[in-house]
Amino acid sequence: MNPPALELHDLTVSYAKKPVLYGVDVQVPQGALVGIIGPNGAGKSTMIRAIMGLTPLSGGWVRIFGESFEKNRQRVGYVPQREQVDWDFPVNVMDVVLMGRYGRRGWLRRVTKEDKKIAEESLDKVGMLPFRNRQIANLSGGQQQRVFLARALAQQSDLYLMDEPFAGVDATTERAIMTLLQDLQSQGKTILVVHHDLTTAKEYFDHLLLLNMRLIAFGKTQDAFTVEQLQKTYGGRLTILSDVAAKAAKGEAMP
Amino acid sequence: MRFPKTVVLPVIWLLLTNAAHAARIGDLTETSITEQALRFFTFSDPSLRLALLGCILLGLNCGLLGGFVVVRRMSLVGDTLSHAVLPGVALGFLWNHTKDPLAILIGATLVGCLSMLTVSAITRTTRLKEDAAMGLVLSSFYAIGICLIGMIQRLPSGNKSGIDKFLFGQAAAMNGHDITLMAVTSGLTLLFVTFGYRGLLTLSFHRAFGESLGLPMGFLHHAMMLLISFAVVTAMQAVGVVLVSAMLIIPPATACLLTDRLHRVLILSAIIGIATAVFGAFFSFLGSNLPTGPFMVLAGSLVFTMTFLFSPKQGWLTRLWRQQTQKCRIERENTLKAMYHLAERYGFREEGITLLELANTRREPLEQIRQRSDDLIRQKLATLTEDGSMLHFTPEGWRKASAIVRNHRLWELYLTNIMQYGADHVHDDAEKIEHVLGEDTVRQLERRLDFPQTDPHGKAIPGARDIHAAIAKPNLGKPTGY
Repeated sequence: MNPPALELHDLTVSYAKKPVLYGVDVQVPQGALVGIIGPNGAGKSTMIRAIMGLTPLSGGWVRIFGESFEKNRQRVGYVPQREQVDWDFPVNVMDVVLMGRYGRRGWLRRVTKEDKKIAEESLDKVGMLPFRNRQIANLSGGQQQRVFLARALAQQSDLYLMDEPFAGVDATTERAIMTLLQDLQSQGKTILVVHHDLTTAKEYFDHLLLLNMRLIAFGKTQDAFTVEQLQKTYGGRLTILSDVAAKAAKGEAMP
Repeated sequence: MRFPKTVVLPVIWLLLTNAAHAARIGDLTETSITEQALRFFTFSDPSLRLALLGCILLGLNCGLLGGFVVVRRMSLVGDTLSHAVLPGVALGFLWNHTKDPLAILIGATLVGCLSMLTVSAITRTTRLKEDAAMGLVLSSFYAIGICLIGMIQRLPSGNKSGIDKFLFGQAAAMNGHDITLMAVTSGLTLLFVTFGYRGLLTLSFHRAFGESLGLPMGFLHHAMMLLISFAVVTAMQAVGVVLVSAMLIIPPATACLLTDRLHRVLILSAIIGIATAVFGAFFSFLGSNLPTGPFMVLAGSLVFTMTFLFSPKQGWLTRLWRQQTQKCRIERENTLKAMYHLAERYGFREEGITLLELANTRREPLEQIRQRSDDLIRQKLATLTEDGSMLHFTPEGWRKASAIVRNHRLWELYLTNIMQYGADHVHDDAEKIEHVLGEDTVRQLERRLDFPQTDPHGKAIPGARDIHAAIAKPNLGKPTGY
């Protein structure tokens, strides 16, 4: 049997001693299109970052296709939030997309013709090929997002982790991105998407991961997307947990 | 960017030294500038050869690393580092009481690391942000350095010559050992940037993404910081501790105004850095070895100012010039349009348009209309009858006038028919849009509107055929009143 594309076991992350994710256990099957849903501060981005080792774990482990992330990092593509970079930086669209190739080539190797071809194909898939020589400062928000998607496509990965790819894009771009994701899924890729809009979540994803500092539910959309589960995710039932977390951070005794 | 300090300090220094060394500046008259320049730039004078070589190396080194400093928004880091290494310089000097470049480099690098550790300790454990922490560390370390140097100068023993040069810089004070060390550090930088370019680009643009790819982001960052502190320390003797950060900031800042790809920024920045350093050293040499640092920074500021004003893309004066040209063109097009309207009113039968009528239509004094008609004649868009009272279109002028009127009326029609604006809302908008519509857009508009004949006010829209059919009567419906 195929190993799960992503397996998290007791994943725990803390910022400045304050836990933000508690013991998350998830097994994402290969080929799933997963929406990660939860309120602000639920730890959605933190989970994505922790999977890739960008945030240190305070407990638990991560397996990518049955191996550690370090071993299988070539099989993981990353679409971070747009706000992470300075869009006035002196590079053009092609420069950014080619960065997706550095992981395979290594940063000492020169960029080859094949890399350029793959980068152009990736740009074409997101409809940004005419903008390949455009300075990135002259792009709209939706175009910036598509450049990041193209960079992830150029990584040619099997598992994609996307942090709010729909944030601040117009309806047309959102539909275009969604078509692209379904296309990737049909090629057998596994995709995890941090998503904010509950109204579209049910329609977009075949699996949902409900998160609020701990895992509320993970499963097929029709099983996970229930009133009860959503209330658990967005309701105020976690106050005790966050109180304890605040106290733990201050070093006070647990009640 | 913090230019005020880098500009103010050299000025103060100039004022001071002018008073102190007035006699030396008089030396200039003894040899001509060309002779001096020849002596300086041809490598013929052995004592100047070292200084020139040193300036080239430091310009290259600071320019390349500065490129990353500026695009990573770390200008304050460069400034902090350059001030904070001063105690290290003094300690290196105290090591064996001579100016041993290697001891100074090691001392300065260690203290530089200490300063950066202090900054990160402050930001991690308190609520203070990085700028406050850096300002604090910069001034404290610098004060310690100044005290130490004052102490060294009062020491009874040892060879103290040279330590004072670290404050304002003297390129001529560099010896063979200094230059060797400079060559080694610049060579390291050149290798690092050439081979690590893609890694450094990823680090500068998007560190987290580089980490997710497994690129050695931490290693590259720390290696770069180490090279920056090497560059600062080796350049310090020529530029001086206060102004050395300007060599990290001014050349790349100038390059950023000129281009928008990182590799070009780096190359330009290195070239500007070298030019700045060499010319700064040359001017200080002309003034009988005045401190080099202020002159280098002044040369850099001058280049920056020129770029700021005249750069082809974003230059302030360039933009002003472009706006002015645009304004003139719009005025010209408006005069042509008024002429067209008059010709239209007379059913395109009248031979010419009198200046008086034109003045009435445009509601401008006759004098101004004369200027406008002169402008049209200069541009070969119209001709004036011999008695100077009537204007005639040239073929080109007719073409332009019809095109503008066509743009105006098509746009009005587009706004009323497609965008559902009221017919009385569209004129002002069309007044602006008519000057910027391109040929392609006009064709698109025509197709979208199904090749219309009249505008929302019932006036004929000149078609493509009318425009290209020289001065002819458009064969269209009767024009109605405006």
